[in-house]
Amino acid sequence: MQANHSITKTKTYHPKTAVAVIVSGLCLLVLAMAFSIIYGAANIKLSTIWEAFVHFDSSSTAHQIIQRLRMPRAVAAALIGGSLAVSGAVMQGMTRNALASPSIMGVTAGATFVMSIGLAFMESASNTTLMLLSFAGAGLGAGLVLLIGSLSKRGLTPVKLALAGSAVTALLSSISSAIAIHFNVAKDISFWYAGGVSGVQWVNVQLLIPVSIVGLLLALGLSRSITVMSLGEEVATGLGQKTGIVKFLGTLLVLLLTGAAVAVGGTIGFVGLVIPHIVRFIVGPDYRLIIPCSAVMGALLLVFADVAARMINPPFETPVGAITAIIGVPFFLYLARREGRGL
Amino acid sequence: MTNKTRKVMSVSMILLLAIITVFLISLNMGTLKIPLAEVIKAFNGTGSEQNYTVLVHFRLPRMVIAILIGAGIAVSGAILQSVSRNALADPGILGINSGAGLAVVLYIFYFQGSSFSSGVLSVYIMPFAALLGAFLATFLIYTLAWKQGVTPIRLVLVGIGINAAFAALIIVFQLMMDPNNFMQATIWLSGSIWGASWEYVYAILPWILLLIPLALYKSQNLNVLNLGDHTATGLGVKVERERRTLLFISVALAGACVAVGGGIAFLGLVAPHLARKWVGPRHQGMLPVSALIGALVLLVADMIGKNLMAPSEIPVGLVVSCLGAPYFIYLLIKD
Repeated sequence: MQANHSITKTKTYHPKTAVAVIVSGLCLLVLAMAFSIIYGAANIKLSTIWEAFVHFDSSSTAHQIIQRLRMPRAVAAALIGGSLAVSGAVMQGMTRNALASPSIMGVTAGATFVMSIGLAFMESASNTTLMLLSFAGAGLGAGLVLLIGSLSKRGLTPVKLALAGSAVTALLSSISSAIAIHFNVAKDISFWYAGGVSGVQWVNVQLLIPVSIVGLLLALGLSRSITVMSLGEEVATGLGQKTGIVKFLGTLLVLLLTGAAVAVGGTIGFVGLVIPHIVRFIVGPDYRLIIPCSAVMGALLLVFADVAARMINPPFETPVGAITAIIGVPFFLYLARREGRGL
Repeated sequence: MTNKTRKVMSVSMILLLAIITVFLISLNMGTLKIPLAEVIKAFNGTGSEQNYTVLVHFRLPRMVIAILIGAGIAVSGAILQSVSRNALADPGILGINSGAGLAVVLYIFYFQGSSFSSGVLSVYIMPFAALLGAFLATFLIYTLAWKQGVTPIRLVLVGIGINAAFAALIIVFQLMMDPNNFMQATIWLSGSIWGASWEYVYAILPWILLLIPLALYKSQNLNVLNLGDHTATGLGVKVERERRTLLFISVALAGACVAVGGGIAFLGLVAPHLARKWVGPRHQGMLPVSALIGALVLLVADMIGKNLMAPSEIPVGLVVSCLGAPYFIYLLIKD
C-alpha cells in the first residue's frame, strides 16, 4: 500500500493552525451565508433582510423570500457541504484510501437508485420517507462496492475502489434511469438529482439539522480511533483498539451523513474527496483536527459553490454538482497521477 | 484451412445465424405485432400499407443502425484494449464517449437553435462534431495520463476523472435547453437509437465500411503490439506511429457511433473479451468475431429495451450497461 504513505507521511501536528482554520472558516462561512441570502433574482436591501430576521412580517414578499427561500437554502448548503466533507474524511481515514469519498464509492448512485424506486412506486412519499429511502440506498451502494472489494483477491486498492465504484454507479444509475423513463418520473428525478439546494424548504432543513449534528458529534467522538486506524489495521489492533466497533460506527455515520445530504441536495460530488485532502495538507494527519476543519471547510465550499451556481448564468441556475465537479476533477486527476505511481 | 481458422469460421457462422434469427424476431416485435407471414407479404408488396411503413421506415433502419453501431463499438473497444494493453479499456469508461457527447450537445445548443430534432444536413455533420469531441477527449486523457509513459491503470483513472468533468459540462448545457430538448438530450446521451431513420444509416455507413476493414488490415500489427513495446520494436514495427494510427481508428469509430447511437458504455469492453475467450487473441479472427458479438448484443439489447417495459422504451445504452457492468465487476473481482 505504498500509495497511502502520503496520507500519514507528514508527522507534524498543527492544533493552532486547526483553530485558526476553524475560526477564520466560520467567519467566512457567516459572510458567505449572508451573501448567499442577499444575492438573488429579487433585489432586497440589507435593512429589509435584517428586519426579516428581527420582526418577520408575513405580508411582505421580501420577508417571505428571505424566510422561505433564501435562508433554508443557505443553511442547507452549509450543512450538506459539512456532512459530505466529514464523511469523506472518515472514509479516507478508515480505509486508508486516498480516493475514498461518497460519490466515488457508489453511495450517491445507490441513493438515487432507491429514490427513483420510491418516486415511481410511492406517489405521495413524504420527505421523511424519501430521506429514509436515501439512507437505505446509500447503504446499498457502499455495501456493493465494499463487497466487490472484499471478494477480489488483492483487496480494495484505491484503483479497484474507483473502478468498482464507477461500475456500481453505472449499473445502479442505468436501472434508475430505466425506471425513471418508464414511470415518467424522469423530470422529478433529474430535478432532484441536479437540483442541488435550490428547492430546499425548512422541512428539509429540519430533517438535516439533527442528522448532521449527530453525525458530526459521532465523528468527533471517533476521531481519535480513526487516527489510530489510519496508521493501519494491525497497528490499531496492536494498540488495543476494537477495530470492529470503530468500523461499524464509522460506516453508520457515513451512511447517516451522506444519506441525509443526498436526500436533500441530490448528487454533489467531489466535496467529500477534495476537502479532507486539503485540510490534511494544512493541519496534518490527526483526525481530531481534520474532522472539525473538514466540516467547516466543506460547508464553506458548498455555500460558495451554490452562490456561484446562481451567478454564472442568471436567471438560470447552474447545477451545483457541476460546479463542485469542475473544482474537484482537476484534484482527482492530480491524485490519480500520484496514485498511479505505486500501483 | 488450419484448426484455428476453422474455429473462427464456425463461431462466426453461429453468431451470424443468431444475428439473423434475432433480426427476424425483432421485425415482428413491437407495439404493433407483425407476424412473419405479414412481414414477407409487406416486402413482396402484397401486404398492408401500414405494415410496410412500420417495417421499412421505423424498424428496419433502427435494426441496421444497431448492427452497425454494435460492430463499430466492439471493434473500437478491441483496438483500444490491445493498444493500451489494458483489459478494462472501453470508449465509454475512458471518457471518449462523453467527449463526443459534449461536442454533440454543444453543436445542438449553438448551431441548431432550440430544436433537437435534426434537419437532413445536420445528420451528416453530427458525426464530425462527435469525432472532434472524441479526439479532444482522447488527447486530454492521454496527455494527462502521460508521465514517462502511460500505464493502463493511470489511463483508466484519468478517464474516470475526465468523464466526470465532461458529464458536469454536459449537464450545464443541457439545463440551458428548453424542457423538451432536455428530455431528448437525456435520452440520446443514455444511448438510444429510437430516432433512427435511413438518413442516420447513410450517415454512419461510410465510417463503418471504411474503418472496420482498415482495422482488419492492421490486425497483424495489433498482434505484434500486444506482445509489448520491446518485442514489437524488435519485430520491426514502428511502435509509436502504429499505436497512433490504431488509436485514431478506434477513436474515430467510437466517435461516429456515439454521434448516431449516443453514449453506449461497456459494449466495447464485453464484446472483445468474449471474442478473445472464444477464438483466442489473434486479431485476424478476434476482430471480426468481436464485431459480430457487438452487433448481436446491441440488437438483442435494443429488442429488450423496446419491449420490456412497452409502451415506454428504455434507451439501449441502459440495457447494455445493466448487462455489461456486472461483467466488468466480475473481471475486477477475478483480476
